Formats: sequence, structure tokens, C-alpha cells
Amino acid sequence: MSLMDKLFILFGGICGLLAIASMIGLALSRSTTSETGRATVDNLNARIGAWWVMVAIFAVSFGLGRGATVLLFALTSFYTLREFVSLTPTRAADHLPLVGAFYLLLPLQYWLVWIDWYALFTILIPVYGFLLLPSLAALRGDTGQFLLRVSRIQWGLMLTVFCISHAPALITLDIAGYEGQEFLLLFFLITVAQFSDVMQYVFGKLMGWTKVAPAVSPSKTVEGLVGGGLSAVLAGAGLWWITPFTPLEAAAMALAIVAMGFLGGLALSAVKRSMGVKDWGTMISGHGGVLDRMDSLSFAAPVFFHLTRYFYT
Amino acid sequence: MIETLLIALTRFLVGGQARWTGAGPEPRQRIYFANHASHLDTLLIWSALPRPLRASTHPIAAADYWGSGNIRRHIALKVLNAVLVERSAKGPPGAALAPLRGVLSEGGSLILFPEGTRGSERLPGPFKSGLYWLAQDFPDAELIPTYLDNPSRAFPKGAFLPVPISCTVRFGAPLARRQGEEKDEFLERARQAVSALASDAIA
Repeated sequence: MSLMDKLFILFGGICGLLAIASMIGLALSRSTTSETGRATVDNLNARIGAWWVMVAIFAVSFGLGRGATVLLFALTSFYTLREFVSLTPTRAADHLPLVGAFYLLLPLQYWLVWIDWYALFTILIPVYGFLLLPSLAALRGDTGQFLLRVSRIQWGLMLTVFCISHAPALITLDIAGYEGQEFLLLFFLITVAQFSDVMQYVFGKLMGWTKVAPAVSPSKTVEGLVGGGLSAVLAGAGLWWITPFTPLEAAAMALAIVAMGFLGGLALSAVKRSMGVKDWGTMISGHGGVLDRMDSLSFAAPVFFHLTRYFYT
Repeated sequence: MIETLLIALTRFLVGGQARWTGAGPEPRQRIYFANHASHLDTLLIWSALPRPLRASTHPIAAADYWGSGNIRRHIALKVLNAVLVERSAKGPPGAALAPLRGVLSEGGSLILFPEGTRGSERLPGPFKSGLYWLAQDFPDAELIPTYLDNPSRAFPKGAFLPVPISCTVRFGAPLARRQGEEKDEFLERARQAVSALASDAIA
């Protein structure tokens, strides 16, 4: 099967799923009368609508090639970093490190992905960014809460730029016998991570009784995690034919993505909670901010990237 | 062209979402008065207004900043429809308000920053008297308190480049006029109307 055939099937399958979801949403919005039910259904329909848009953006960027895909993720990092910094208290003295983060490190990181300079890509932010940001912050001479301020910016940059940039970096992997199809790895990662999120939401709404960490996120339940996680692992195994993995390996990879995605969602919920907000922003209707959608991917991307790179290249 | 570009750039960098709480985006004569912390402020309010309102709304801009340099001057005068005022102008009290009175008597709306200069605090400092005199002379113009969230973080005083931090523009309910109110009392009430729109500070 050629790459185009595979993509045709994949995007066709996703559009089919979304079409079914849209019809269910429409039916629910006609039959629901109670006020709380209505709010849930409206949110559900907003989410489905936003999914159509996100899938369309992804399909177009892929159609335009690797440059567009790298650019799409650079923009994603830009918006998630903007959301992260907007919610994080900063002072005037943090301005210079923020300039460095937005205008130097973010573009540089994605440029390294684009030219496939792995050795520098993997240390730019954790090593050089780690040295640069506190240096820039210290230049202004404001020592108040210095460590706290530096670590906020640094961790934001790690999550939103460094981690997310591992997703498009999948395209640069050289896997024997898989040449020209690396984009499908990115597709696999995103599909499993997002499908897991959606199914956790569905299972949580339908039969979520036992909360995992009520103090952090009241919507995360054991039933949602197990049901959603298992469906995503099955979906991942069922997608083995687009990857260089066997069905069993694909299931194991999907399990790693699901586990990291869950932890990412939990950790970033804790950050939101510590700042007293529910969503990172308002950019994607029904979902909140971009980071609300990318939190699981942020944790899953580097792990999936390294597992694939270590075992298959 | 430049207008679209400026708005797109503002949206990309700092968002600048408009939140209408208490007043809607209606085409009435208005004086929007806001806290002032950044050179972004003028651009933010201007791009938060819907297009038809933008055409008849004139920001007040300091001549020493917006009037210097050809590009900045062009943007201020031709794109933003700004009224440039000399902050250091000497002369009889209220003389600096003449161009603003001109705009209002022709039916236009104004955006002004009654603090006069950029502050670095979350809540606005004391207001200068210009707003009082204009409110007295143009009783039909609605006084809309406006609060700008975050521009002081996105583009603090003394910074060279703005950084991308989401800002919001909150338009509040029109400030009611009270018969026989003293100048200082009015200005303090106006200042509090702006402060009341501020979101809770994140610890």
C-alpha cells in the first residue's frame, strides 16, 4: 500500500468517526431538555466542531509537506508558550528571558528540527536554554523570587517548545524499510494520544465513579483512564500497518503514549489548579486553550520519539 | 492594508480580546478611559473595537512618542486616527485639551489615558483633570471605563520588544454623572471604575 493510500484510509476513517460523532451530537441536542444536560451537550458539540477544524488544519499542513508541518508545530508551541506565560506571574525583570525564549530559542529549536540536527536539537533548551535564561534574568538585577521565576519560564519552555517539538521531529527519523513514511509516525502519536483523551472523556462521562486525584482534576476517573486507555491501546494496535511496528509492538507503544499522556494531563492540571484556573485559554471552543489539547502530547512526544529512535533506527 | 496588518500582528502577539461587560459595542459618542502601562495600550483598545466604531474613535497619543519618527507618526495619524497632544505644553490650564474638544464637538469618540503617563502597577494611579473637564463640557458623551489586562507584562516600560502575553480589554458600564460633583471626587470615582474591572491578581 502506498503512503497516499494509507493516508486516504486514515483521514477517511477519522472523518467517518467525526461524522458519526456530529450526528450523535445533533441527536443529543434535540433530545436534551435539562439545563445541565444542555450545557454538556453544547460543550460536546463545540468540541466536535473544533475537532473538524483541527483535523482539517493537520491534513492541509501535511499536504503541504514537511516544512508546513514543522511550521504548524512551531505555531502550536508559540501559542502554548503564550498561554503558559500569560497565566504565570512574571515581572518586568523577566522581560529579557522571555524575549530570549520567544524570539531566539523557539525558532532555533524548530529550525534544528527542520535541518535535522539531532545532537543540538536535543540539548538546546535543557542545556543552553537552562544557562541562558537565568543569565538574562540576572542582568536586570532583580533578585526577588529569582529561582522561582527562572524555573517557571524554563519549565514552560521545556513543556511547550522542547517537548512538543519532538512530535514533528519524528518525521526526521531514518527507519530502514520505512523511508518516506515517517509522517505516519506523527499521525500514530497524535491519533493515539488524542483518541485516548477523547475516550477517557467519554468513559469518564458515562461511567466515571472513582476519581484518580480529585484534588488535581475532578474529571479524571479510574474508569475513564482504564476504559479510555484500553481503547486507545487497541486503536494503536489496530494501526500497526501504518508503523514500522508489529501489532504487539504497536500496542506497547500506544500504551507508553497513553501512560505519558495521562501523566501530562495530570501534571498540567496541577499547574492550572495552582494558578486557580480551569483552562489555559479560550482559543479552541469547547476545549479551552491550545495547551488544554496539547498537554498529553507534550509528555508523550519525547518518550515516543526516543523509544522509536532507540529501537528502530 | 496597514490597518489589517497592525490588527493581525496585535492579535498574534498579544491577543487583545474585547470583553464587553456593562456596555456593548454601540456606535454612540463615547470617551473610553483606561489604565496606562504600555505603548501597546493605544493599539490594543483600537484593535479591540469593531471596525465601524474604530473609524470614529480617536486615541489620544503623546506627541513625544507617537509624533517622533516618520513611521510611528504615520501610523498614529493616518492609521489610528490619533490626536497628538503635547504633554509638556505650557500655557493656560486646559489648553492642551483643545484638540480633544475639537474631536468631541465634531461628534467623534475618544480613547484617553487619564493617568497621563505609563505606570507599572496593576491598578491605575491618580487621574489627571482632563477627563473631568471633557465630561463637563460634553455631557452627551458616554464615559466608558476600560481596563487593560497584561500589557505591562507584554511590553513593560523601558523594554525594546513586546513579548507574546495574552492581553484582554475590558469595557465596563458607563460612568454615571452626578450633579455638582467635585473634580477630585469625580476623578477618584472614575479611577475606581477602572480598577473595579481588573481581574484578580494571580499570586
